[in-house]
Amino acid sequence: MAKKQTSDDTSQINTMNSIPKTYKNYINGEFPRTESGRYYSVEALDGKHIANIGLSTRKDVRNAVQAARKAQASWANKTAYNRGQIIYRIAEILSGRREQFTNEMVLLGYSKEAAELEINACNELIVYFAGWTDKIGQVFGSVNPVASDHFNFSRQESVGVVGIISPETPSLLGMLGLLLPNMVAGNSQVIIASKQFPLPSCTFAEVLATSDVPAGIVNIITGLKSELIPPISKHMDVDVLVGDCSLDIELRVMCELESASNMKKVYFWESFNSLEELNSSPNETISTCLHSLKDPYHILHVQEVKTTWHPISE
Amino acid sequence: MSEKNLSDQSTRSNQASISIDWSYANAPESTSHVSFSKHYGLFIDGSFTEYNENQSFESINPANGESLYRCTEANKSDVDAAVRAARKAFKGTWGTTSGTQRSHYLYRIARMLQERAREFAVLESMDGGKPIRESRDIDIPLAAAYFFYYAGWADKLAYAFPGKSPIPLGVCAQIIPWNFPLLMLAWKIAPALACGNTVVLKPAETTSLNALKFCELLQDIGLPDGVVNIITGSAKTGEYLVQHPDIDKIAFTGSTGVGKVIQQSIAKRQLPATFELGGKGAFILFDDAALNEAVEGIVNAIFFNQGHVCCAGSRLLVQEGVAEKVINLLKKRMQHLIVGDPLDKNTDIGAVNSKEQLETIQRYVNTGIQEGATCFESSGHLPTSGYYFPPTILTGVSQSSTVVQEEIFGPVLTIQTFRTTDEAIEKANNTPYGLANGIWTDKGSKIFYVGSKLKSGVVWSNTYNKFDPTSPFGGFKESGKGREGGISGLHAYVKLDHNGGMY
Repeated sequence: MAKKQTSDDTSQINTMNSIPKTYKNYINGEFPRTESGRYYSVEALDGKHIANIGLSTRKDVRNAVQAARKAQASWANKTAYNRGQIIYRIAEILSGRREQFTNEMVLLGYSKEAAELEINACNELIVYFAGWTDKIGQVFGSVNPVASDHFNFSRQESVGVVGIISPETPSLLGMLGLLLPNMVAGNSQVIIASKQFPLPSCTFAEVLATSDVPAGIVNIITGLKSELIPPISKHMDVDVLVGDCSLDIELRVMCELESASNMKKVYFWESFNSLEELNSSPNETISTCLHSLKDPYHILHVQEVKTTWHPISE
Repeated sequence: MSEKNLSDQSTRSNQASISIDWSYANAPESTSHVSFSKHYGLFIDGSFTEYNENQSFESINPANGESLYRCTEANKSDVDAAVRAARKAFKGTWGTTSGTQRSHYLYRIARMLQERAREFAVLESMDGGKPIRESRDIDIPLAAAYFFYYAGWADKLAYAFPGKSPIPLGVCAQIIPWNFPLLMLAWKIAPALACGNTVVLKPAETTSLNALKFCELLQDIGLPDGVVNIITGSAKTGEYLVQHPDIDKIAFTGSTGVGKVIQQSIAKRQLPATFELGGKGAFILFDDAALNEAVEGIVNAIFFNQGHVCCAGSRLLVQEGVAEKVINLLKKRMQHLIVGDPLDKNTDIGAVNSKEQLETIQRYVNTGIQEGATCFESSGHLPTSGYYFPPTILTGVSQSSTVVQEEIFGPVLTIQTFRTTDEAIEKANNTPYGLANGIWTDKGSKIFYVGSKLKSGVVWSNTYNKFDPTSPFGGFKESGKGREGGISGLHAYVKLDHNGGMY
């Protein structure tokens, strides 16, 4: 500390800054490598190697579902005010890492403008959903005027564990669009990251790890959707599957088919936008996307309605 | 007057000292005012198709095993015709009918059901075997109430979906079970029509009669042709219907097994579908509850409608300290339940819906005994013809017993004990189902604690098996998807346009 900085020191720091990162899964608040020991390589537009990304397997899915199940009840039982603050906090941490996200997205082929717009939109969306935690029940819950001497009310509750199949693009906004309604709903999740653009997803895990989101509520695994969708859609302890219609039709059908095993709720959103659309008209694309994401009905889809009856008598 | 009363009382007290027969005299509901045809065609595009003996099946009265009427087994081309009629009506008359007009039709249906309530009640009991007291006091009045409730929504839909513009889905394929034939029809048709859809509905094979009688009523009120089409038949007919390429929505109520098959069969179609499936409801009885009332609650939870209730409280979880007392009270109460003629106003438990179902119930009870359960059946008299099963409890069962995990759909209650509140919650939630549960305790805070942790769409506290059109009903987990009743019930029948008004 007291030591005077020399030019040599500065160059050392620069070297350290460029140490490439090992991207790993995010399960139960920790960063384990995939148990498979396999990887795929992600390259920049110019063909330069950027990172090796883990090809996760059924076992990783299983570990992630287990962590999600264990954490879910305590997340759902937090007060709505508390959950709202925890979600809001994600935006505070994400904002501090703007540059990191921008760089990674540009490296993968985003225009700088599109990347920045997408990150702005992410922040806006996080804050938007943070505000729903203590309002969704007020807007969509009800006291039902039954024709008998009973007090009867309906309120939304969490469903449980959700499998989220991230759209390929927009890599971060798409993932958050599917994730945030579930967090508001009180669910815990296992996210299959974008295969083409996994870096923002993995970096988002670092945001989560340094925010107030309890371990196990959001788990993110990387790999091939064709390898990860079968185990997650068959898993008997997953209650909901969420994805978007840009997913390969065969995989989408598999989700529907396998979900019958335990009557999972399956919810496929309209397709998100492609990178070409994002880059060619970023302003319009992001604002349209944000517009359709800012929708409390996405929360209702991943909740269950519970109706309680009680007699009224002297 | 008062003297007479006095003398009555004295006579009574004299009688009490001598041996008397406390059993009720027969009190059969008259069937003289009801009429139905001996055979029915299908109701397609506003009129009945011609009945063809070669394409028909028999429906029997489960109370005596005798033939009641025959109806038509809808084949593929019949289903085609029904869907075509529904499509035509959706594109034409019904599609241009305003919410106000739709509400007027639905209100009229409700009123007509009330006017003809007695007739529908008697037919419901003859066709399905349920006690007349239940069809008269619950099924038919509630069916009318559902139509009345959803009638009022038809011209107020925008208020049900803040920030959205609701649009009807189109042609709805609806399949209903045999346990509440007319009520399930109302649950399906009322919200569908209120939202502007048209329907093709298939009643259960053993209980088609009231659905067909309902068509007479639609003709009387002049509902436009094709808006409601009723096709009778077996599972095969149901399969044709859900496989039909020109339907826009499936609403199914029935077993979880069939629900899964339907979900798989439509995997490629991205078709909106709602399911009301099986259940294995727990009736959690805490030691601080009013036990005599709770025992009445148990009787209502499991013996209502012969236990043919998806949300039946078929598992009693009783706190250890009061278990013996509760079981004794329950056994005593069970001895007084009258099993018999569905049309007798004193009957508590009517006929099991079909021979197949009776065999299923018997098989489950046998399995329970084989797995170590102790079986107690009420010892009352059972009619010699028809299909009847006595009220039954199985004790000495464990959480993994078949009879604890699987839906029996009959008057059979399993009994388990628990010590702590959390143990009760754990046991209640430990089945694949999540339709309904009951909590009995005098402690309000406990009701909310336990209620919030139960994984079920309905929680009945200090009551059981209550239904109301304003009250959403439906299951968590393998008990289904979506809700019927209340505002939630409308969600199942609309597409929501994001109009951005709230952006």
